Amino acid sequence: MYNYVEDGDSKTSAYMEQDQEKYEAFMTRIEAGEKIEADDWMPADYRQALIKLISMHGISEIMGALPEKEWVPKAPTLKRKLGIMAKVQDEMGHGQLLLRVAEDLMKPYGKTREDLMEDLLNGDLKFHNVFHMPTKTWADAGMVGWLVDGAAIISQTNMLDASYGPYQRALQRICQEEVFHAQHGESIIMALAEGNDYQREILQESLNRWWPALLMFFGPSSAETTGSSKQDIMINYKIRKSTNEELRQAFLSKYLPRVFSLGLTVPDETVRYDEKEEKWIYKQPDWEEFKQIIRNKGPRSKERLRVREIAYENNRWVRQALATDPVSV
Amino acid sequence: MSKIVETAEIARQDPSYYQALRELLFQLADDDFIISFRGSEWLGLAPHIEEDVAYSSITQNTMGHAVMYYNLLEELGEGDANFLAHDRGASDRRNGAYLEKRNGEGKYLEEPYFDWALAVVRNYFYESFKKVKLEAISTSSYKPLANVAKKVLMEHPYHFAHWKLWIKQLQTSSEEAKKRIQNRIEEAWEEFLDVLELGNYGNEMVQHQLIAIDEETIKGNWLEEVKTVLVAMPEGPLGKKYGSGRNGEHTSDLDQALGTLAEVFQSDKTAIW
Repeated sequence: MYNYVEDGDSKTSAYMEQDQEKYEAFMTRIEAGEKIEADDWMPADYRQALIKLISMHGISEIMGALPEKEWVPKAPTLKRKLGIMAKVQDEMGHGQLLLRVAEDLMKPYGKTREDLMEDLLNGDLKFHNVFHMPTKTWADAGMVGWLVDGAAIISQTNMLDASYGPYQRALQRICQEEVFHAQHGESIIMALAEGNDYQREILQESLNRWWPALLMFFGPSSAETTGSSKQDIMINYKIRKSTNEELRQAFLSKYLPRVFSLGLTVPDETVRYDEKEEKWIYKQPDWEEFKQIIRNKGPRSKERLRVREIAYENNRWVRQALATDPVSV
Repeated sequence: MSKIVETAEIARQDPSYYQALRELLFQLADDDFIISFRGSEWLGLAPHIEEDVAYSSITQNTMGHAVMYYNLLEELGEGDANFLAHDRGASDRRNGAYLEKRNGEGKYLEEPYFDWALAVVRNYFYESFKKVKLEAISTSSYKPLANVAKKVLMEHPYHFAHWKLWIKQLQTSSEEAKKRIQNRIEEAWEEFLDVLELGNYGNEMVQHQLIAIDEETIKGNWLEEVKTVLVAMPEGPLGKKYGSGRNGEHTSDLDQALGTLAEVFQSDKTAIW
C-alpha cells in the first residue's frame, strides 16, 4: 500500500558520468509523456531512485501484512474474516508484483530478491514508518484500512502517470485494489463509530495513537527536516507529481472532515484550515522519532522483523528443496 | 427410495432427517472453518511470497465455504451463523481433531516456528478427503446442500492441485524435505481417521441420502487417491489418536484456536462489528 520513505540518512549519489546525448534523449522522452521500459537506457540515478522506491514499496506491502495479520484470525464476524483475509492477501500480491518490478531494475547490479530480503533483515532496506506501529485492538484493523490505505491511495495515485512503465502499470492495479481496502476499513470504522461506548472508545484511542504516524506517512516537507529528501529527483524524473507537503495537505483535506463528521477528534488542538493561506495548519509530528522508527527503532520494529526473519530462516529447507531438480507432475 | 428435500422448512418436519443433516452440516462447516483458521495463522510466514499469495487465497476461499455451510445451518434454525462459528464450545464442534492441530511450535504472533511439512501434508490429506466428501454430497437429498457442494467443487480443483503439487515436489526433492514430509505423513496416519468418518449419525446420513456413500467408502476412495501420490505408504492402519472430533472429542489445540478466533467476538457478544 505504501509510498516512499524519506530515510534521511543517505544522499543521492552524484551523477555518474553519462552519455549526454542519451541523457537528453531520455529526458525528451519522459517530458513527452513516454514510458521507460526495463531494458531501455536510463540514467544511473533514475535507476537507483526507482530501485529504492519500488523495493521499499514492495517490502512495505509485505511487512504491512504483519500488523494486519495480527487481527486476521481474530476478526469478529464471518463477514469481517472474509474481508480482512481478502484484503491482506491483496497486499501480499502487491508486494509480489512490486518485487518483480524491482528485480528487473536490479538485474544490472546482479542483485536478486534474496538480496532484498537480506537487506531488510540487516536493516539496509527500510520499510514504511506506519508498519512499525503496534496494532492493539480491532479498531486498528479498521484504521489501517481506512486512513493508512487512504494515505497510500493519495501518494500512489500521484504516481499513476509515473515515467517508468512497469511501475506505472503495477500501480494502476494496486490503486484500484486499494480503493476496496479503504472501503473495507471504512466499513469497520463505521460499525465502531455507530457502536456502543466500548467500540467508540477503542476507535478514538486508535485514532489518537495513529495520528502522528499518519502525518509522518508522507515524509518530511523538506530536506532540512531529516537531512535529505528524494522528492526533487522524483519530481524531475516525472516519477511523481507533488511534494510531500502537498500530499499531506490533500490527505488532511480529504479525511479531516470525515473524522470530524464521525464525532471523532485528532490529538492536535491547533489543527485548523487557514482560509487565507488555503492550507491546513497542524502540529508537526516528532520528526526525530520518525528517523528512529524507520531505522528499525520503532515500537514494533524488532518484533516484526523477527517474525519475518523466522519465516525466512525456518523455511530455508523448503526453498532449498525447491531449488533441486524439478519433478514431472 | 429417492427423495429431494427442497427447503429447510421441509427438512425440519422429519426429526431423524433433521438430526442427520444438522450433524453433517456441522462437520462440513467446522472442518473448513478450523483449517481456514490454521491457514490464516500462516499468513505472512509462507516459504516465499508467491506461496503466501496462493495459500492466503485458498484460506480465504475455504472460509467462504465454511460460511456457506453455517448459513445453511442458520436457515435450518440453528441460530445466527456468526454465533455458530464463534460461540460454540469445543465439545459442540464436529471437525476432525487432526485439523485443529497447531501449525508447529510457537504462536502466530510470537516466535512462529511453523512447520511447512505439516501444512503440506495436512492440506493435501484434507483436500483429497474434501473432494471425496463433496462429490458424495453433490447429489444430496437436501437440495440446498447439493447446490453448495456443486459450487464448492468448482473452486476445489485448484486448491487440491496446489497441495498435490507441493507434496509431490517435496517428496522427491532434498533428503531433508523427504524426511520431513514422511515424518508428517506417519504422524497423520495415526491421527487422521476421524476426519474420514461420519460420526454417530453416519448411518442416518446415508439412509436419508444426505450423502451418497458411507464412511468405509469415503475411507476407501481417499486411500485410492493418496496411494497414487505418496512415495511410501505408512504400514499400520489409520488411527484417531485424539478420539473422534465428529462426536465432539477434541484437543487443547482447539481451545487455543477458539480462544483466538473468537477473542474480539467474545469481548462483546451484543455489539455489531
